[in-house]
Amino acid sequence: MAVVFERPKSLLDVPTHYCPGCTHGIVHRLICEVIDEMNIEGDTIGVVPVGCSVMAYDYFGCDVIEAPHGRAPAVATGVKRANPEKFVFTYQGDGDLAAIGTCETVHSAARGENLVIIFINNTTYGMTGGQMAPTSLPGQITQTTPYGRDVKTAGYPIKMCEMLSTLEGVALAQRVSVDSVPHIREAKKAIRKAFENEKEQRGLSIIEVLSTCPTNWGLTPLESIKRLQDEMIPYYPLGVYKDISGEGAK
Amino acid sequence: MKGNEALAEAAIRAQCRCFFGYPITPQTELAAYMAKRMPKAGGVFLQAESEIAAVNMVLGAASTGKRAMTSSSSPGISLKSEGISYLAACDVPALIVNVQRGGPGLGGIQPSQADYWQATKALGHGDFHVLVFAPASVQEMVDMVSKAFDTAEKYRIPAVLLADGLLGQMMEPVTIPEPSESKCDNSNWAADGHKFKREHHIINSLYLQPDDLEKLVLERFRRYEIVMENETDAELYLTEDCDVLLCAYGASARVAKTAVNSARKLGIKAGLFRPKTLWPFPVKELNKAAETARVLLDVEMSMGQMIDDVKLAINCSKPVYFNGRTGGAVPVPADVLEEIKRLVATGGEL
Repeated sequence: MAVVFERPKSLLDVPTHYCPGCTHGIVHRLICEVIDEMNIEGDTIGVVPVGCSVMAYDYFGCDVIEAPHGRAPAVATGVKRANPEKFVFTYQGDGDLAAIGTCETVHSAARGENLVIIFINNTTYGMTGGQMAPTSLPGQITQTTPYGRDVKTAGYPIKMCEMLSTLEGVALAQRVSVDSVPHIREAKKAIRKAFENEKEQRGLSIIEVLSTCPTNWGLTPLESIKRLQDEMIPYYPLGVYKDISGEGAK
Repeated sequence: MKGNEALAEAAIRAQCRCFFGYPITPQTELAAYMAKRMPKAGGVFLQAESEIAAVNMVLGAASTGKRAMTSSSSPGISLKSEGISYLAACDVPALIVNVQRGGPGLGGIQPSQADYWQATKALGHGDFHVLVFAPASVQEMVDMVSKAFDTAEKYRIPAVLLADGLLGQMMEPVTIPEPSESKCDNSNWAADGHKFKREHHIINSLYLQPDDLEKLVLERFRRYEIVMENETDAELYLTEDCDVLLCAYGASARVAKTAVNSARKLGIKAGLFRPKTLWPFPVKELNKAAETARVLLDVEMSMGQMIDDVKLAINCSKPVYFNGRTGGAVPVPADVLEEIKRLVATGGEL
């Protein structure tokens, strides 16, 4: 019987530690599909963050380095500068990329490092139990905003793609979502484009993926998808914020 | 050549092709030299956005098996301590240069040795050591660079070259070695792309099971035992018959040596123990140097930090006194000589 659907070869056949309904698995799969299609697993080095995806080094088949919290773009810069012929990507959550690692994110983008950054935005710190993230929505109840995020005291969410799109070193800044099949297909296209940019040495590509965290949101997987669609997408509009290839920029 | 520049050239000749830095006095010449020289040597020079980013770039480059280094001065080293802990925990060899200045806080920009405790006891969180080399001349800043890289790679332990503003800024005649090759094969652990020829390599420091983490730390400490047994180095100067033994490293050892020579001219049997490795601390060498001594005098550009290791090494079997300056002040030989004379006059009891 013909196999019509199988696990990407670069996604290792091991159980993951992710909670039911979490969308990390979808994004892992998309990255590995792209790595397989481009046949670059042997030349790829992944850099994973501190956070829920910290143990992604056990899931990706390529070589992987686990970076200190927020430092993945700096670690990736070191890898890439020392090995310019390799493919290097980081996989980071919102706390990692947009709070403790903002400096590293902005400057790797400003330098136009030939890297791919996959940015998982689920509006919370998942690993530590659901604290306020830099991307938590106004009014969002978290462990550290028990009365809802009050922007007067806790500040406003950071829209990373919008912010990074102003930097000249950025080749591609695109926000995608994995809440539906059409959006997942769009997300994969964006990830593929990011890796193609790296191949062509066009500069830094950041793909922000709106994701769910049913456990810390206190919702079922289906309710989580609905929250992503009803609350996150209106606040974080999907789309291409910068694309130097000239295709589809806003 | 200036100490900072000589060190930079020596690193390039030791086949270091990745330098990540951030400006800070008094090490800036090192980065400036690298900026000029590294591109011509086919290497990477990158001025990072912070000390934190710089050491993490080193972590990235070194994790792929390449020789990589960063340099800074005291306040910057504090920022690097996170990355150094990760380097140690991932068993990734790399070189970190500290051209020390006065502290704490922003402190000053004059020479100091107030980071001894930090370098040898706690250069980051967790149970770990780094190799610490202490040059006392521009020539040693050169010689210790390749030694530091080689030893770091041999044991997979990060190395620190602990200099100070005086050594970094000082000019001395120096012989720069011919380019050398690393003899170390990093291919069994480096994460540089598996090319489908081996299992994927993971550079990681997270172990959620206490037993797993303990096992790894114990393995690392067994390696430290071997390092302590085999990698200590010290200069013993006029110690065979010494009555008063001075203990000093780096720039303050030069001051101490001048005082020892002056004391000898006065008929006082003074000697000098100068550790060249601060971790591992040369315990055997110190005990040998102290055999005939009645009293020890520790000289540092700090409030007295190495003195703890001196007392421990001789198991407090003899009195150990301290003479030093801090905050960027450099001790002068005349003051040290006065202290030697005072110790001799009182028979080693103050």
